[in-house]
Amino acid sequence: METAEVDFKPLETKTITVSMGPQHPATHGVLRLVLELDGETVVKCTPHVGYLHRGIEKLSENRTYLQIIPLTDRLDYISSMSNNIGYCVAVEKLLGIEAPPRAKFIRTIAGEMSRISSHLLWLATHALDIGAMTVFLYAFREREVLLDLFERLCGARLTVSYPRIGGVRNDIPDQEWLDVLKKFTDEFPDRMKEYETLIDQNRIWLKRTKGIGVIGVEEAINWGLSGATLRGSGTDYDIRKYMPYDAYDQVDFEVPVGRECDVYDRYRCRMIELLQANRIIRQCIDKLPEGPILADERKFVLPAKDEVLGDMEHLIHHFVLVAKGPKTPVGELYVSTEVPKGELGFYIVSDGTGKPYRMHVRAPSFVHAGVLGRLSVGHMVADVIANIGTIDIVLGECDR
Amino acid sequence: MGPLQIAERIKEMFPDDVLGYTGFCGQVTVSVKKDNIVSICRYLHDDAEMGFDYPASLCGVDYQGREPRFEVVYNLYSITHRHRIVLKAGVPESDPAIDTVTGIWTGVNWHERETFDMYGIKFNGHPDMRRILMPEDWEGHPLRKDYPVTGPAREWHGYEEVRDRKRKYAEFEWKPLK
Repeated sequence: METAEVDFKPLETKTITVSMGPQHPATHGVLRLVLELDGETVVKCTPHVGYLHRGIEKLSENRTYLQIIPLTDRLDYISSMSNNIGYCVAVEKLLGIEAPPRAKFIRTIAGEMSRISSHLLWLATHALDIGAMTVFLYAFREREVLLDLFERLCGARLTVSYPRIGGVRNDIPDQEWLDVLKKFTDEFPDRMKEYETLIDQNRIWLKRTKGIGVIGVEEAINWGLSGATLRGSGTDYDIRKYMPYDAYDQVDFEVPVGRECDVYDRYRCRMIELLQANRIIRQCIDKLPEGPILADERKFVLPAKDEVLGDMEHLIHHFVLVAKGPKTPVGELYVSTEVPKGELGFYIVSDGTGKPYRMHVRAPSFVHAGVLGRLSVGHMVADVIANIGTIDIVLGECDR
Repeated sequence: MGPLQIAERIKEMFPDDVLGYTGFCGQVTVSVKKDNIVSICRYLHDDAEMGFDYPASLCGVDYQGREPRFEVVYNLYSITHRHRIVLKAGVPESDPAIDTVTGIWTGVNWHERETFDMYGIKFNGHPDMRRILMPEDWEGHPLRKDYPVTGPAREWHGYEEVRDRKRKYAEFEWKPLK
């Protein structure tokens, strides 16, 4: 029997390019990743953003300082309360006014409620992406309570626009609202135990998260990461501690720090942050002072409606504030606050008119989406999903 | 170190490049020439007393009618020493380009791309100088002051492509059963 001559070519491997997104359930919005794959290993990962760009910075150059508050809702729509607070804190610093103590405490309560609701959504979707369905259902049960409280507080569940420059729009509705919140803070640590029994020691969860997406502390700082994404790498940079605003200097809380710099440590950081946020709310309820909820600054703060209708002077203030905006000092400043996703900074250039000459939003998700390529290289395709979850991005904020 | 001390120190180190500094609300902004921006940033990052390890933000500002027209603003923070400084470098309209600082802080990569996208300021030596938020073939730079808020007069051709595709695939769209 004759053997056929076969020409054996050397075996070639070549990479394939896969486009993931923009419509992909695990990309948390409209993020598009172009993955270059060698088998199932990611060789290169290029994120493409901008699908949700609405030009918020351009719009805000043509709106008065008071009109921008609803725009900031649309940045990170999961935690719009924190964005509003961040913007109001920045403008208050620009105008040189300060909110009264009661407003500061209410804002701290609302900001931490927003942090819990955002972290619960993160936990739910992160676990869902990695394959733990049950946590989703439990986390949304608690989130519902918080959203109901938001609704009673200001009438909106998602885009709240509740804080104002110099305070908050309205006071807490009644004692019952505080009681419901108090009951929530009592129960929440037990609820946390439920989530932790589901995933904390789960072998699949550990395999999917330990040693994935490792980024060392110096590199993480060099990338400009912030929030729990940075703290998972072992530094305690938290703006609430470093540059306290609102009532954060009057409450006691700890900043969790990770050690292994991986997805699991960032998960643990956020879980502890949830408990700390709960602690802050509890302390604020106990310490909540009486008093006004808006600063007594007629030149910058809208007067109450009954005053406008009954008094000429207030009517004039109201008219000027609505039509032209507040008169601002000339200058530029950068003010950052700690939102659930990380450091939200507002860089405002003021030219003395009622509209910002330039308002740059330093969005944490924008920076975090940039690091995704660095985190994913060398891991499997499935780990890209874990990495998207761990950096906790919202594309509304990333694209602005 | 206080922000004024930092500004003084930068002025001592780079007397020819610092144009002046201003303070507002406890923050100090140092205006520098754009030519030496990389060595200034390198100094701020590497010097042990400065230690500006955290690139908080980078953005552009358009001062139409002023010379130089654009400014690139560097918001730097030091997590080690807990101090902040703002650097501003003027960029003229005739030659909108400045050297990149991605070699010092990796994180400014996307910020520089955004500044290019929004103002048309090119960053020399940037590893990936493409548009980031707007489509790649978009005309104009939206955050410039002479760019209309309502958008350009001529529609972006990408919209027509999307509408074409919608018409093409209309027959496959889901219809309720009779």
